[in-house]
Amino acid sequence: MLGFTRAQAIGFVVMVAVIIIAPGVLYPVFLMKVLCFALFACAFNLLIGYVGLLSFGHAAYFGMGCYVAAWTAKNWGLSVELSILLGGLTGAGLGMVFGWLAIRRSGIYFAMITLALAQMVYFFCIQAPFTGGEDGIQQVPRPPLFGAVSLQSDMAMYWLVAGVFLLGFLLIHRIVHSPFGQVLKAIRENETRATSLGYRTDDYKWVAFVLSTFLAGIAGGTKALVFGIATLTDVHWTMHGEVVLMSLVGGLGTVFGPVVGALVLTAMENYLAEFGSWVTVTQGVIFVLCVVAFRRGLIGELGAALKLNL
Amino acid sequence: MIMIFGKPLLLLYGQLTLGLINGAFYALLSLGLAVIFGLLNIINFAHGALFMLGAYVAWALLEYLDIGYWPALVLAPLIVGVFGVVLEKTLIQRLYKLDHLYGLLLTFGCALIIEGLARNEFGSSGMPYAIPEALRGPLDLGFMMLPAYRAWVVVAAAGMCLLTWLVIEKTRLGSTLRAATENAKLVQAFGVNVPRLITLTYGAGAALAAFAGVLAAPIYSVNPGMGSNFIISVFAVVVIGGMGSILGSIITGFGLGILEGLTKVYYPEASATVIFVVMVIVLLARPAGLFGKA
Repeated sequence: MLGFTRAQAIGFVVMVAVIIIAPGVLYPVFLMKVLCFALFACAFNLLIGYVGLLSFGHAAYFGMGCYVAAWTAKNWGLSVELSILLGGLTGAGLGMVFGWLAIRRSGIYFAMITLALAQMVYFFCIQAPFTGGEDGIQQVPRPPLFGAVSLQSDMAMYWLVAGVFLLGFLLIHRIVHSPFGQVLKAIRENETRATSLGYRTDDYKWVAFVLSTFLAGIAGGTKALVFGIATLTDVHWTMHGEVVLMSLVGGLGTVFGPVVGALVLTAMENYLAEFGSWVTVTQGVIFVLCVVAFRRGLIGELGAALKLNL
Repeated sequence: MIMIFGKPLLLLYGQLTLGLINGAFYALLSLGLAVIFGLLNIINFAHGALFMLGAYVAWALLEYLDIGYWPALVLAPLIVGVFGVVLEKTLIQRLYKLDHLYGLLLTFGCALIIEGLARNEFGSSGMPYAIPEALRGPLDLGFMMLPAYRAWVVVAAAGMCLLTWLVIEKTRLGSTLRAATENAKLVQAFGVNVPRLITLTYGAGAALAAFAGVLAAPIYSVNPGMGSNFIISVFAVVVIGGMGSILGSIITGFGLGILEGLTKVYYPEASATVIFVVMVIVLLARPAGLFGKA
């Protein structure tokens, strides 16, 4: 089904089971944060893992998704699904322009350009009136789903977030296993060869970029409505650093890696929150360890040990 | 009062000097990035952190050892240079056979560690670093008064850029370096110890960043975020200039600093973003960068 291998299908069932059981054990708000970041990390992983493009500016799409969803929910009173969708479309719109610019260069230049463009968005958000500057957009209400189903309780919101995450996850899986996804992987392996086979690789990279930024915007919009707040932290490049780290810890280019990475790092941040700046140091140390000794990540290592493609 | 395009001349001069100073830092930092990239093929994300480290070392030398600005201007780059050598020997060296994106991720991690440790040790708020005695007070240029220290920063940075350019273009060491950038294997076959050359290059790049950091210490307060604020703009500078030529990095750095200063006078809202806008235009017109080879 959906191009899952057997091992992946089992993994998917386990993941869904965990999502259903978890709120009985852990705080729903914590779990919602994990799921939002998991979707964000999956979106990032779509680019680095399957197209080989290292974006360093995904915080811009995530953050703008946050702002737009929060703003429309608060000022226009839109229902939840429309706010989140608008957040996603904002990410995609921005991704269309930035992606079109950034794919003119490859490799590290691509990374630097996406980072610089994201920094531009950050400065824009500091100055633009609608973002509320340093204060951000606060006290965003949680409007009812489809204008009818109340989401005031955290559990109701949790099921919505879980649904959004699963839809996004399956969408990515569908993309990766479509003929389009096969071309993306061909570009990752050998772009010159893909060009010589007649594929317009720039167009493929661009579409993948837009899809990834769309999902990053969705993740941001969802997070803004869960916490009722959108701030400058969401557009800052450190936010991007976190999502890179999640994907790296879980395993770049694996199906479940970003999800596991998001769980591990969000949990770590929760426990380390009282130690202030040590969180940054720990993140840095994990970065270095992963790159030097542990490049396949948790899921990548597990998959290698079991000889499975997870 | 003399006006230029509806703005007071003195305001224009003031912002131009500020722009020139920022440009001096852009030039020094992008120069270091370009030299490191040329030989190591990695983008050194830790460059901003090394810049910050230079400022902190200068501050610590003064605070704990009572060593003043002038010795620090030599000592801090040396100390940070040695740190760079250690960093290269222990970590970065392991990555040369891998995709160069891993180099970016590794140095990003290093930057987080250095910045986080500085924040833990000294707090987020900045610490002042006094301007050295000899450079206090204004300098009368006839048409404007210029704080002597700012003039010194521009002169020192331009001098250091020139020196680096001379070393790379005109000395035997520089020609070996350029040859190794073109074809490391061939140079090694001629009996040059390329791994050592690479290590020293990284150390030199780190020292350049620290030199800029010491220069910056009296202007900005010494704080953990000072490097990362700069480095992203420097990345844009590097994309605009292209990493092909040393002289190109220097010209682009100074030019963009001045442009930023001018924007502060005529359209302050855009002053933070003007470099990125220029980057977009350059990407559209000349994707390889102004001085880059395609």
